[in-house]
Formats: sequence, C-alpha cells, structure tokens
Amino acid sequence: MSTLWTRNETLVALVIVAFCGLAALSDPGFLSVATLTDLLRGGIVLGIFAVGALIVLISGGIDVSFTAIAAFTMYVTAMLLNAAMPWIPWWAALLTGMGIGACLGAINGVLIAVMGLPTLIVTLGTLSVFRGFMLTFIGQKQITTLPPGMREFGRMMIVRGENADGSFYSLHAAFLVTAGAIGLTWFILHRTMLGRQVFAIGGSVESARRIGIDVRGVQFFVYVYVGALAGLAGIIHSSMARVANPFDLVGLELSVIAAVVLGGARLAGGHGTLTGTVLGVALIVLVRNSLIVLGIPATWQSVAIGVLILIGTGLPAWQAKRAAAQAA
Amino acid sequence: MKLLHSTEGRLAVIAAVVFLAMSALAPDRFLSVQNMTSMAFQFPEFAILALAMTVTMLTGGIDLSVVGIANLSAIIAATILTQVTGGGAGTVLIAFAAATGVGVAAGLMNGVLVASLGLPPILATLGSGLIFTGIAIALTGGSAVMGFPDATAWIGNSTVLGIPTPLILFGLLALAISLLLTRTGFGVKLRMYGANPLAARFAAINIDAMLIRVYVLSGALAAIAGMVVMSRANSAKADYGSSYLLLAVLIAVLGGVNPYGGYGKVIGVVLAVLTMQFLSSGLNMVGVSNFARELIWGSLLILVMIVNTWRATGRRT
Amino acid sequence: MTTDLVTFDHVTKTYSGITALDSVGFSIAAGEAVCLAGENGSGKSTLIKILAGVEQPDHGRILFAGQPQGALNPRLSAAAGIKVIFQDFSLFPNLSVAENIAFSAELGHGTRLVQRARIADTARATLARTGVDIPLTAAVETLSVAHKQLVAICRALATEARLIIMDEPTTALTEREVRVLLDIIRRLKADGVAVLFVSHKLAEVLEVCEKVIVLRNGQKVAEGPAADFDAASLTRHMTGRDVAEAPPAPLRADAPELMRVEGLSKAGAFEDVSFTLRAGEVLGVSGLLGSGRTALAKALFGLVAPERGRITLDGRPVPLGDPLAAAGAGIGYVPEDRLTEGLFLTQSILQNISVGRLDAHGASGILDIGGLMAEARDWLKRLSVKAPDPDAPVRSLSGGNQQRVVLARWMARSPRVLVLNGPSVGVDVGSKAGIHGIIAGLSAQGLGVIVISDDLPEVLATCHRILVMKAGRLIEDIPSGQVSETDLAHRLAS
Repeated sequence: MSTLWTRNETLVALVIVAFCGLAALSDPGFLSVATLTDLLRGGIVLGIFAVGALIVLISGGIDVSFTAIAAFTMYVTAMLLNAAMPWIPWWAALLTGMGIGACLGAINGVLIAVMGLPTLIVTLGTLSVFRGFMLTFIGQKQITTLPPGMREFGRMMIVRGENADGSFYSLHAAFLVTAGAIGLTWFILHRTMLGRQVFAIGGSVESARRIGIDVRGVQFFVYVYVGALAGLAGIIHSSMARVANPFDLVGLELSVIAAVVLGGARLAGGHGTLTGTVLGVALIVLVRNSLIVLGIPATWQSVAIGVLILIGTGLPAWQAKRAAAQAA
Repeated sequence: MKLLHSTEGRLAVIAAVVFLAMSALAPDRFLSVQNMTSMAFQFPEFAILALAMTVTMLTGGIDLSVVGIANLSAIIAATILTQVTGGGAGTVLIAFAAATGVGVAAGLMNGVLVASLGLPPILATLGSGLIFTGIAIALTGGSAVMGFPDATAWIGNSTVLGIPTPLILFGLLALAISLLLTRTGFGVKLRMYGANPLAARFAAINIDAMLIRVYVLSGALAAIAGMVVMSRANSAKADYGSSYLLLAVLIAVLGGVNPYGGYGKVIGVVLAVLTMQFLSSGLNMVGVSNFARELIWGSLLILVMIVNTWRATGRRT
Repeated sequence: MTTDLVTFDHVTKTYSGITALDSVGFSIAAGEAVCLAGENGSGKSTLIKILAGVEQPDHGRILFAGQPQGALNPRLSAAAGIKVIFQDFSLFPNLSVAENIAFSAELGHGTRLVQRARIADTARATLARTGVDIPLTAAVETLSVAHKQLVAICRALATEARLIIMDEPTTALTEREVRVLLDIIRRLKADGVAVLFVSHKLAEVLEVCEKVIVLRNGQKVAEGPAADFDAASLTRHMTGRDVAEAPPAPLRADAPELMRVEGLSKAGAFEDVSFTLRAGEVLGVSGLLGSGRTALAKALFGLVAPERGRITLDGRPVPLGDPLAAAGAGIGYVPEDRLTEGLFLTQSILQNISVGRLDAHGASGILDIGGLMAEARDWLKRLSVKAPDPDAPVRSLSGGNQQRVVLARWMARSPRVLVLNGPSVGVDVGSKAGIHGIIAGLSAQGLGVIVISDDLPEVLATCHRILVMKAGRLIEDIPSGQVSETDLAHRLAS
C-alpha cells in the first residue's frame, strides 16, 4: 500500500483530480466534453514526444533534440512531397516522416551509442545542427500549402459535436496515432526482449555488458526509435496546424521531459512507466489550457509548470536523500 | 608539440587558426578597428553566462536557469529604472544592486534545491529556470520594458580609455573567477567535489555550503550578464538571449570544462569565447546567416566532444 | 578416474612487464568446491579473467573436460558453463527477481518476445535448486545483499552452469547468511556443479571446500586438501610471513582517557556500543563482515547517524551524524574503500593530501598555495610515499602509497583520534608493515587510534586492546597480549 502512495503516478493523478475539482468549482462548465477534447487534442503531439523521451530516459540517456528532428522532418517532408510526390496518401506521408526522423535519430545514435559521447551534450549539439541546417540550407518560409496527403489527414476527425452553447468540439484522428504510439511503445518495452534490454541498460550498463547484451545496438535502436516518433509528431503537428512552420516546436523539449519526469521516470535511468508519462502529459496540458479557469492568469503558466517539476522531482529526491541518511 | 598536449594549448592554436582564417577571408573588414570594437561589445554577455556555467559544471552539475535568471534580473532592474523617478546614477546603482540581489536569491534557491533537497542539477535548474522566466513573463505580460535613464547605457555601451566597458567587466570577472577557482579553498573544494563527491564527503568538506555558494555565484554572474544585455539592448524582455543557454554550455565544454566535473580552467573558457566570436563575426562578414551559426556551433560542440573523448580513452588504454 | 572439468596447465600472464600469473597449474573436478586464496595483487583477478575468457594467457594451456582450448572469449567460456559472479553481482536493480534470473537464459534462447511463463518457470526452478524462497516479482533493488547474491547464483544456474566462480562471496554477508550460502553450495555440489571461491578471506567457506589453492605474487604457493588449512595457515601462506609481527609498545599506565562512547545504537547495524579510548592507545575493533563494524566506524565519524548514545572527546560531546562536527572535534576517518571513498583519483597527489588543510591555509580568503603545497610535500617525505611526481594524479600510485596519502591527509590536520577502517586492505605485504609502523608512530604521539579490521595478524600487531564485535554488539574486550591468532579467530566466529 505504502508504495502506491509514494509513487509519482498517484501524486500526479491526485493533482489532476484536485485541479479539475477546483476548476469545476470556479467554473461549472469546466467538466464538459469540450474540455476533454481540448485536453486530448493538446496531448496529441506532446504525447508522442513524451513517449519518446520516456524510452530514452529509461535507457539512462536524455534527448533534447527531438523537437528539432520533428521540425526538420515536417518541413522537409512537406517540401519533398509537394515537389516530388504530391499523390501519396496520408499514411505514406506519416511513414515518410517517420523514416526521415529515424535517419536523424540515427545520427544521435551513432554519436551516443557508437562513439560513447555524453547524451545531453550531444543532443544539445544536434538540436542546433538539425535546426541550423534546415534554416540555412532548406528554408525559413512557412509552407502554407501542404501536400494533399497531409491536408487530408489534417481534416480527419473521429468525433465531432456541438456544445450546449452552440460552439463546436472535435477530436482529431491523430489522437488514434498517439494512442497507437503509446500502445506500440508499451509492447516494445514490456513484451519484447529488446524493451527489457532497454530497461536492463538503464538499470546497469556494466551488468548489461557482462551478461552479453549488445549495449550499443540497443542504445542505437532507442535513438532511432525516438527519431521516428519525433518525425511522426512533426507531420501530425503540421497537418493539424495546416502549415509547416520551421520555427514551430523547438523550445518544447524541456516541457516534454518535465512531463515525463513528473510521471516518475528517473534521470538516472531504468525507471519509468507509460501510465506516469500519460498522466504527466495530461497535467502539463491541463496547466497550459486551463490555468485561467482557476483564476490564475495564463502568463503564470510556466511558473506553474516549473513549480510542478520542482515538487514532482523534489519530493522523491528528498525522500531518497533521507532514506540514504537513515541507512547504515 | 607540447602545446597540443593540454586542452588549453590546443584551444589557443584553434583560436589562432580561426582568427587567421577569418582575417584571410575578409582582411579589410575582419581586421578593422570597427569590427574589433563591435566584437568586444558583443561577446561579454554570453561569455559571462559561460563563466556561470563553468562554475556549476566543475561540480559535475549544470545550471539551465542562467538565461531565466539574467532576464528576470534585467526586468527587475528595468522596472526600477522606469518606475523610480529621478533617474540619476543613484537610481541606476539601486537597480543594478536589486538585479544582483535577484540573481543571488535565484541562485540560492537553486543551491538549496540541489544541496539540501538533493535534486539532480538538471531537473532543479530546469524547473527553476521555468519559474524565473515565468515570473519575468508574468511581471511584464511578455512585452519589453524600456525607457531607461541615460546612465543605464554606461555598463553596456560605453568605453573606458577606448576599451568597451563590457569587455572590462568580463575581464575583471574572468580574473576574479580564475583566482577564486585556483587561489581559494572554495575553488579547490568545488573541483575536488566534482572529481569525487563521495570522497569529498569522507574528507569532511562542507558540501552543502559549497554547493549553495556555487549556485549563488552562478546566479549572480547570470544577473550581471542580464545587466549587460539590458544595457546594450536598452530594454529588458523575458525571452531575450534564448540561444545563449546552448552557447554557454558549448563554450564551457569547448573550453575544456569536463561536464562530469573536476576539471576546467577559466583561460580555456576565455579562449573558447574568443574562438566562437571570431568565428561568428567572420562568418557574418562573408554573409552567413544567424542560422548557419547555430549549425556551426552545434557541429563544433560535437566535434570537440569527439576529440576530447578520443583523447581521454586513448590515454586510458 | 573422471576427467577434470577445468584444468590450468602452466598458465602465465604478464601485463607490461609485470608477471600477474607465473606458470600456475591446477584443476577442478565436477561437483568440487575449491578455495582460491590470495591477497590483492596476488593474481586472483587475472585468473578469473582468463577463466571467463576476458583475458588471454601468454603461455600455457587451458583444458575444459580434458580438451585443450584455443583462444577463449567470454562467449565460449560461458558456453562451456563457466559463470563468474562478480563481487557487485552485476544485477539489474530495477528489474524483478524472475527477470534477473532468466535474463541471460532468455538472451540465449534468442526469442524476440518476452516469454513470461518461461521466465517465471526458469526462475522458480533455479530458486528451488537453492532451496530459498524469494518473491519472483520483487524488484532486486529492494532485496538484502544475501538475496541479491542468491539471485546472481540463480542467474548462473539458469544457463547450464558447470563451474560457478564467486569473487569475494562472503564480503557483505552476515554470519547467518554465510551459513545459508554454504547450504546452497552443498546442494549445488550434489548436483555436480563445481564452485571456485576467490577471496582474501576464506576461513568462513573452508568447511564446504575439498581443495585450497593459495596464490602469492602470481605464483601458486600452496595447494592441498581443505582439511589441512585453517584461518591462520591461510593467512600465513597468503602473506608469506611465518612469524607474527611484534606486538605494539605497551601503553603508558597513566595515559589519560581521550574518547568515550556510551550506548551507541543504530537499528539493524549496532546496539548499545560503549568503550573508552585513552591517549596513545591503539584499539582494535574486530568482527566478521556483517558484524556491524563498518557501520560503527562510520558512526564514530558522523557518516552514519546513530539513534541513541553519545560520543565525548576530552569530556566534550561530539554531535552525532555530522562528519564536519566530528572532523572539527578532532576525529579523522580513513575509509575502507580507498578508490571510491578515500581518493580524488584524477587530482594530484599533493591536492589529495592538502584537501583537508584548505581552511587552515586560507583564513584570509586567499589560499597560501606555497605553504599548503610545502606542507603536503613534507608529509610525502614523513610518510615516505614513493611519488616520483607529486603533481601527478594520485591514481598513478600503488595501493600502499595511496593509503599513505589518505593517512597523510588526516595526519596533517593533527587529529586527536583516527579511525582506520581496514588500514591495509589492498596493500602489498611490504607496505603493510610500513603502515603498521605509521600507526605505532601515531600512538607514540599520544593520538587515539581505532583500527577496524578483520585481518587478525594486523590487529594483533598494532592494537593494545581488541574489542570483538558480533551481531552489532561488542561482546569481548581483550588485551592483545593475552590472545593468540587462532584463539581470536575462534572467538570471532563462534
């Protein structure tokens, strides 16, 4: 029982419930389908990013370059498809994005897994390399006419409806893609030996080497997979926004990592759950979308997220420090 | 070549090579007095942030909140400068003092989070950085604060005996930090802690007090950088200098500071700053865009890590 | 006659001119337990590495089941059923017991998907072979050290182990846990699994072993049936010394009381520990691993916070659980694990000594670097540290010289009491005597010295009085002249 209460997931879930409770008190209209669909919509891109950040954290690394991969991928894909293959369907556009993202992720993979460089520094570097390369050599202007496949995908909705006040709500089909990414990642992490090796490496790289795990190979997979997810998120982002703006997305990376860490993933590696990650993303989206309902001006958003990160990571850190002091 | 055996020696060579290359690329413009002066005005702000980053990295930590602290301090100072009437040198001094105070308080918060609560520095300063930036946004609504008394411009835009004031400021700070790191017990302790935190505990080093001071120092340096930015831009805004965080990390690592802690010299950081400035000014002159600079910086960071790692593993085996 | 499982035939290995193994030969039969004893640097770890296929011998042959092997690698070695259990166990703290046990076996199966049923079966079956019950779903990080070791043994068993090599197997176990381990070993032997214990302290496992091999400086110096050895003779073979060192100079009868420890208790570590220490006295605290001696040592220096009790130095209370206060009061601590706890390996030798004196030489804010370094150089000379370049990183020194550096750091602070935890662990025989000389010197200067050690000859050679610690309590207080090594060993283990 006690473990359930000290888990980050429980804490975050309680904060979400408290947040919604307070919001419902101050605005009875808060608990509505529209709020829910807004929340789900806000979590689509963030959710895919977070799943990627989770698997990197579990493997014991950290990646801050995924937003640049996403921006690069969506811009290049939009340009490429417009120029060469406007006829391909929406799903092929998503696959193209995943492919380009995976290639960029492989660059991180080579630097980290093969050359053994520190992950934070490498991905800080590739963040600016990917972004700088795109803005210098590919372009800086928004692409307002997306390829037909991406336009089509941008219009796909799974739920549509009208609120009591006459406004509309809808849920984008990309939500299913996010759900699929979460499901696939769960399957990889918990049902494949590859996923278990990711956990093993995060638990102890040295032990993993000793029992014959191909540490480099597994790490390389992780960064390629994260690249593919980031590429996917990029295509979804621009399809939903109906524009490919090369200046979008970059800057989100720390909030995404914050969401994952809030959900209980540890920077030291080896620990993290998808439930926690989803809850962490939900909390961040809730704060971004609905802080105002609690009577806190939207300008305080980033303060609120910062405070949440410090509490969410500070409590376990402090508990661990106390436990260490108690131990003989 | 003994020079090439130390990180700093190699850096000196790289800095010289970059300088010569840029001089060759655009001799009349790069070597002009005007360019030299403008370079001397440009780099001190991020160079001071790099000093802040260096101090935290020496302990094996990092300070991701430096830009947040710089902007928050600048906005506090800017608010004082615009709200308090009179506008003489006295107001400016009060504003600068308040800004430094903000930096110290912010650093204290980071220090307590890292030392007393045991948060990993990345997370502590990531969270606090969001808070500092957030407060800066909340105070200003995201818009720039401007309209300062003339005396404000002194710190960022004037010269003393023909030398740009920001350069003098950076020089003094670099000297002070260098002395602090090599000539005081605090400096030696923080490097020893970076080399082996557990052994530092067993050697009865007062770790908590030391870490708090490290982050306070980093915060104060960030606030000073914020003052320079504010004075040069003649305004303060919550999202100024957002690319400086990467730049500060890059300069520290390029300067030979070990991101795992325990090794780093101010002279290396100074050489790295100069290299970066020569490179970006020179590239600017041959018409390379700001975005290409980002690309080049990122590539340089990775390249330096590759070289350093290879040298380290080469030495071990 | 059955063929031996593993045979070493005149195996020699040198590292950059230093002979780590010198024409060593022995063999291990199926179902046999062998003790491989030797001090640090005797060639034990090289031998393990060669068996595990990590290192290649320069000369000599290795035979598995009578078949000479070509160049071994870790994969071949593992396939032949040779499994090494390292001192740190090399487990995954974040994964479950079942997964830890079955991980290597599953990798061997080569399936891509997680076979949960098979993993649980493997784990259950191997645990059953050891006769110990651990919940399969528990995370390994929540287990006790003994259970972690068991999980490591089970992992080896899960992949057709024929020879299990255990590196320092009893280091972190309590006496009761050692008994459980021995039972498990008996079961494994009955199953035909051979076990090779590698350690510098093997008295505890002698009873399950058939054979003892002793290495010293890379050479096999003794081999014979386990019944022919006891703790004392093992030590004698390992160190090569026939006579014990002379006991310490007697303590002056009027030596005043320096430190008093009263009722110190810490749940799960030690209970109601009380003793006094006089000026110039060298006090030994000896106990088996798990007796609570290291926790007590750390508590004296504030690294572990006791729940009850008090420590006074010169009649003044020393705050508990605060290393800074303990150091300030004049207590110094030389840790057991020099490499991780004692030294700043990448920093210079001089820095490693002077780190304790920064405050004394920097009262004005600016360090007196000249004075600081001169002092450190002086200490290098006084403790005769062989350091060709005092500015070189301390990791370039040998174990004995490194230990002197840590000692110098504390001696430079002129402490009143020095707590030495395992003062000569990992130090060669020659340096050991030197360190004992330093301890005698400290005593002559009137310092109180507490030597925490299970190296009995060392305790007898350096201490005036020996406190025997068992299950967290001090059970005996013996003047060192009145006890022999065998007698003391008996009291520790009984």
